[in-house]
Amino acid sequence: MKLDNTDKQLINLYQRNLPVCERPFQEMAQQLDIPESEVIDRLQSLQNHQVISRVGPVFEHHRAGASILAAVAAPTEQLDLVAARINRAPGVNHNYAREHTYNLWFVMTAPDEDTLDERLDELEHQLRLPMLRLPMVRQYHIDLGFDIDWEALA
Amino acid sequence: MSVSILPSEQSTVEDYVLCDRDRQLILATQSGLPLVPDPWDALGKKLNMPADEVLARFQRMQEAGVIRRVAAVPDHYRLGYRYNGMTVWDIDELAIGRLGRQVGELLFVSHCYRRPRHLPYWPYNLFAMVHGTSRDEVESKADRIRTLLGDACHGHTILYSSAILKKTGLRLKKNGS
Repeated sequence: MKLDNTDKQLINLYQRNLPVCERPFQEMAQQLDIPESEVIDRLQSLQNHQVISRVGPVFEHHRAGASILAAVAAPTEQLDLVAARINRAPGVNHNYAREHTYNLWFVMTAPDEDTLDERLDELEHQLRLPMLRLPMVRQYHIDLGFDIDWEALA
Repeated sequence: MSVSILPSEQSTVEDYVLCDRDRQLILATQSGLPLVPDPWDALGKKLNMPADEVLARFQRMQEAGVIRRVAAVPDHYRLGYRYNGMTVWDIDELAIGRLGRQVGELLFVSHCYRRPRHLPYWPYNLFAMVHGTSRDEVESKADRIRTLLGDACHGHTILYSSAILKKTGLRLKKNGS
């Protein structure tokens, strides 16, 4: 999908904060000086092309429940198998392969800390691999967005 | 807003407790808002909740920090940021608070967290996520973090992602299962 300037502006302006008011797209339309229907159509198109993954809330996992980053060092020949087991475990919402001895990194979530510990224990037992458990101690950056360098991407 | 909030529901940011109706709302919106002129009304019809209650609950969860932000969430990988480097740092305990905040303020850092070490396997206690269109770009951003950290840093490495095996939003299941 080829993005035009209005698409880029939509992403730049609203990747951090979208107005949460009675008619959010109308407010965005006024800010961009285009019709509300165009804002909606453009967002729908960006979403259909997966340029944006969604238009909506980003939840704070540790406020909406419990979550943890964990890693295992899977033997290379078993990487796919171990990754599939991790993906099937309850509450896993991210799983990345990374270039390191600890080669699988995943985020597990649960409604509360006790359930989270049970889930991790169960998965660790199933995998028979020692697991690095790396809960967040402190967050130093609230906003997930970062400035997109459109020229570098062009 | 005409929604009445029970006194017991009014709570500070730290001890905000989700009620069932909040959970319903999270479930209904975790994959995105309906893209229609009045998304609150559309959600309300689905959840059998008045539109103004939907909006009020949404605003309260945002004020309480349960919702970090409401946004058009870009897929950085699809946009062309193919290199995702998890930079990890071994920082003096005494300096980590100050330095963590400084690293978190860098505009190119998308997440920054302090996490526990697991010696001897894992000496790193500061995590900063950096994205780039090339490895060189990630490396040069990591160099800037290294310079900022100075003598308080005793080692670091960059873990590049080689595959995204699963990536979904928050999954909150019904009945807390």
